[in-house]
Amino acid sequence: MTPSTGEIAMSLARQEGWNRPPVVKPGGEGELLELAMGPHHPSTHGVFRMDVALDGERVIRLKPVFGYLHRNHEKIGEKTTYLSSMPYTDRLDYFCSMTNNWAYALAVEKLSGQGVPERAEYLRVILAELTRVQNHASTIGFLLQEMGASGTPLMYAFREREKILDLFESLSGSRMMCNYMRFGGCRVDASPAWLDGARKVVAGLPEFVDEFDRFLRTNEILMARTQGMGVLRPELAVNAGVTGPMLRASGVSYDLRKVDRYGIYDRFKFRVPLGDHGDIYDRYMVRMLEMRESIAILEQALKDVPGGPVMDPKAKLRNFRPKAGEAYGRIEGPKGELGFYLISDGGPNPYRYRVRPPSLINLTILEDMCLGQNVADVVLIFGSVDIVLGEVDR
Amino acid sequence: MKTVEEIKAAIEAAAPGAVVEVVHNPGPSAEHSLRIDREHAVAVATFLRDDAELALDYLSNLTGVDWLDKEIAEKVKVTHQVTKTVEGVEQTVEETVEETRKHVVPGYLETVYHLYSMAKKHGPVVIRMRTVNRSDQVEMPSLTPVWRAAEFQEREVFDLYGIVFKGHPDLRRILMWDEFKDHPMRRDYVDPDDYEYEPTAHDEVLARAKAHQAATPQEGAGQ
Repeated sequence: MTPSTGEIAMSLARQEGWNRPPVVKPGGEGELLELAMGPHHPSTHGVFRMDVALDGERVIRLKPVFGYLHRNHEKIGEKTTYLSSMPYTDRLDYFCSMTNNWAYALAVEKLSGQGVPERAEYLRVILAELTRVQNHASTIGFLLQEMGASGTPLMYAFREREKILDLFESLSGSRMMCNYMRFGGCRVDASPAWLDGARKVVAGLPEFVDEFDRFLRTNEILMARTQGMGVLRPELAVNAGVTGPMLRASGVSYDLRKVDRYGIYDRFKFRVPLGDHGDIYDRYMVRMLEMRESIAILEQALKDVPGGPVMDPKAKLRNFRPKAGEAYGRIEGPKGELGFYLISDGGPNPYRYRVRPPSLINLTILEDMCLGQNVADVVLIFGSVDIVLGEVDR
Repeated sequence: MKTVEEIKAAIEAAAPGAVVEVVHNPGPSAEHSLRIDREHAVAVATFLRDDAELALDYLSNLTGVDWLDKEIAEKVKVTHQVTKTVEGVEQTVEETVEETRKHVVPGYLETVYHLYSMAKKHGPVVIRMRTVNRSDQVEMPSLTPVWRAAEFQEREVFDLYGIVFKGHPDLRRILMWDEFKDHPMRRDYVDPDDYEYEPTAHDEVLARAKAHQAATPQEGAGQ
């Protein structure tokens, strides 16, 4: 079997050192076009650059360039107390501040051996699943936007997202920068009226997902542009540390809600949707099905929220000094495995504060998926990874 | 899943000559780790990935930690032979004195790897590696050939901590710009003075701005 253009380019690029572009067009005469996609390209979801080398329309090399939004989040986390980092985690993945809060709270609870009251666990699950629904809906909306469906699917998603963000706002005081969870529980209690409002929003979600899915699933343009495009093999996905819907679309069943069973996820019945082909269409379908499973979890969780405190009365927030040790806490965020690694030396600040960003690590295989594809499809492949630059650059 | 001691024994059986040490974690999470040596790191990592029972196919998290030089003060009892004049007669007497001795434990840079198994759904196995020191011998083998997930994370550790990963296919800065000189995540990193800082009615800032303006020729000056 003859190697594809992409493989030849890959080996050439590796031989020459990746800093220097291959100057010879593989297997023929002519010149290569080097193009910087970004950092102000609208499809890059922020400030992100892809340095691509093109042979006609085909991509033969792609180097992602990060750091435009870098503010050394980890250093700031080491210079402030454990509690002061909590509002700052909102700014990582600003679409999913609730799950960021949870991951950080989970890591600190693991570090200090802190327990969480049952009511707080329920609220955490409800908020995390609402976050997942709005994140997946927006991702699909953005993907369609990049396919040329200007605005309409995105606005359908944003209509539903606003209802969820209104819930977040009435509970935490902020739509996106929620700063809601604490080590040992949640900051404020949810009122019965809020729970009723949440039930009302969740009751409307299946209809939205059905409608969204009905319009898109068999859409000819969507199928033509996504099926068989940007295929990610499961072996490569596992080896490259890809997580979240990206991994499950490649057919690997690995969902931390099932594997780690953190929080109270073992009490709910839900399925883990898997893809067959690992292409963009499967990623779209996995996200669509995950929204349905999230709605199932939400319905179960909202049915019996127990009473009691939302904060462990013994939990210490001010002057909090966990014993020396280290812990790695991780949750299944909407974009993949979000982990926090903390080392304590017994002081008020963490000695080491590390964020394991799913968005950055899912981009490891971007070049592999894009080689040999047309440049217009790079935009779609990149959009199907689902990243937020606040988390990539930190 | 195997305990760290069992994994240590398995590694030592599979990779002869590998030096493995259990690092105890005193915290409530009780995630103990294994420190491996640099020379056998790739062999050990390949074994951990390919072993049928462990099958640690997924490198979740890779990060660096900076441990500074530590000065340790110890109180030591020292016995001297002292010549003393007791009642007009010179005698050699043994006298025990307590002395404080200081010695410096050299610092090092460390990498930490959190490994899980997607096939067997277990984990984590935490392994760590050290550099010789934190100034000139900061090399470490790259594990990117074993787990591709290390590619960007090793670049990040190189960028922010200055650990040089031997065998990495594309070791460049990832978050800081290429011309940047220092490694900002090191504990002793000092921020450069921000001269673009807008002077406020604050003594320290005003003094710094004045010193900067005196030290650098201003545009248009001397005309």
